[in-house]
Amino acid sequence: MCRIRAFEDAAEEASRGGVAAFGQAAGGSAQVRGPLHLSTGQEAVPAGVCAHLTPADWLTSTHRGHGHTLAKGASLEGMMHELFGKATGFCGGKGGSMHIADFSVGMLGANGVVAAGIPIAVGAAHSMAIQGRDAIAVTFFGDGALNRGPLAEALNWAAAFRLPVLFVCEDNQWSATTKTAAMSAGEGAAARAVGYGVPAVAVDGMDVVAVWQAAGELVQEIRAGHGPRLLHAKTYRFKGHVSVDPAAYRDPAELAAAMQGDPIARAREPLRAAGVPDADIDAVMREARQEVAAAVATADAAPWPDASAAFEDIQDTGSGRWRS
Amino acid sequence: MTYAGAAVAGLAKAMDEDASVVALGEDIGRGGIFGQYRGLLERFGERRVIDTPISEATIVGAAVGMALTGLKPVVEMRVIDFAMCAMDEIVNQAAKNRFMFGGQGRVPAVIRMPNGIWSSSAAQHSQSLEAWFAHVPGLVVLAPATPQDNHSLLRAALACGDPVAYFEHKELWPLEGEVDGSLDVPIGKARRVREGGDLTIVSWSKAVHWSAEAAELLAAEGIGVDLIDLRTIWPWDRDAVLESAARTGRVLIAHEAIQVAGFGAEIAATLAEESGARVARCGGLRIPVGYSPGLEAQARLTPQAIAQRARELLDRG
Repeated sequence: MCRIRAFEDAAEEASRGGVAAFGQAAGGSAQVRGPLHLSTGQEAVPAGVCAHLTPADWLTSTHRGHGHTLAKGASLEGMMHELFGKATGFCGGKGGSMHIADFSVGMLGANGVVAAGIPIAVGAAHSMAIQGRDAIAVTFFGDGALNRGPLAEALNWAAAFRLPVLFVCEDNQWSATTKTAAMSAGEGAAARAVGYGVPAVAVDGMDVVAVWQAAGELVQEIRAGHGPRLLHAKTYRFKGHVSVDPAAYRDPAELAAAMQGDPIARAREPLRAAGVPDADIDAVMREARQEVAAAVATADAAPWPDASAAFEDIQDTGSGRWRS
Repeated sequence: MTYAGAAVAGLAKAMDEDASVVALGEDIGRGGIFGQYRGLLERFGERRVIDTPISEATIVGAAVGMALTGLKPVVEMRVIDFAMCAMDEIVNQAAKNRFMFGGQGRVPAVIRMPNGIWSSSAAQHSQSLEAWFAHVPGLVVLAPATPQDNHSLLRAALACGDPVAYFEHKELWPLEGEVDGSLDVPIGKARRVREGGDLTIVSWSKAVHWSAEAAELLAAEGIGVDLIDLRTIWPWDRDAVLESAARTGRVLIAHEAIQVAGFGAEIAATLAEESGARVARCGGLRIPVGYSPGLEAQARLTPQAIAQRARELLDRG
């Protein structure tokens, strides 16, 4: 959680002036360009879920995917370099924040299209079943994805084929800049999953221990061959939809109330109860910030991709560079 | 062997040779609605021949997940018109994955999208949309016109390692032809159907057969047609087309798809930029395909229409 918070704080700082939206002017000086979707406040969900996964398990994510990617085990450096658009980033500077991925730890990609990662995870789970491999797949999606067809299709598909996949609805209550409750029928993610015969559990997504416990039980059931499960984690996004969005549409009281439940602050309670000294807890965040600062420094110094990379990894059959 | 049977044989051979090849789609366990998967379930089992829900977005999305984790999926879209329900998965996911993630993964999937007018099937079962996919970086686009090519190009598509938009024609399934199972047809190489010195006709898919009939009509008038079956829409065989254009000086592009913004426009523009040839196009009108035979006929290309367009091109000097 601390690494995710530190990473995103640094990325936000490095993005200032980098994109025009929500009345903000674009500037050319930003180190992190384009839309940057922060998950500040939501850290307990990826941390609690991914603690149960191994590098052999597969993960798909959303456009708000830094936390998922870090929690799955990707390196800070590879990610920060990618956000800076450098050749040394995980995607060689071709993906950026919205398309962050580290296939080496089973993280098959963030996705710029809402709900699009869900069927891909279902396919990865189906692939494991076909190949007789033990790994499972996990897909994170937001509450905004509830109202897109691929989620409905994928829930049905996973249940019909009894696939080893965990659906995690990371419910931050906002679909971009619109309140999800205002445009979503029914009782939400868990109710919809149950409608497809997929057992679902709701959990306080601001409580990392609760997420960890609930996800652990679901992952165990999936690994035992009982088919798909859904975890509905209720959380909150402290920042706007993108980094330059001041979220002026949101009642400040709502944000203030949510921040009272900051998952990182809350995680201190069980640690203290277990006898961990405050100094040790403080050291975790301090070390995370140092680690991130080092990644920012190396990212800044890293080389840009060669222009020729724009023509690489498109397709082997039929080059993009047909014009002589 | 029929065009459908040739596809079954080609896919069966690929599945025999490579255990990572799987097929998924609606009704394919029963052989597919055109028989293009007949017998494969019995032969390869339900792990590798997967009957899916009617969920086009997830059929392609799942195929992307399968491809990224070690399989080579052959995906059935039933008719191209239904692939519209999976456009994000084809265009934003399958085609972009390798590039976006810096080459960390690849999507070796073949997406079969039966194309073209299908007798009295009306506006939502009769479209020809190959140009849409040719526009997307990352996709290979194939459109076989013969049983041999359907056999060989399907295998080539599976072997190429890139995502392939594969267009069989809905009305070609029963077409009979010789098939040499050992013949390799490379992607990107056109087929010369007949030689002639007066005019080049470039075509693909079912329109190749109409163009061949048109060439017969023209031959009776003493006009020699150099007929090229493009077979591959991307990467298309520019060398073959430019070479023929240099010999005949006149090129007619004939395709069933709507002429406006069709792939013929790309070929015509290339010829304008890189040859001195006179160019004309003969494609469908910009109308949805109607149900009644008389309405459907308005959307169909005919050998007579292609021949007439050829005469007009020759009359231009």
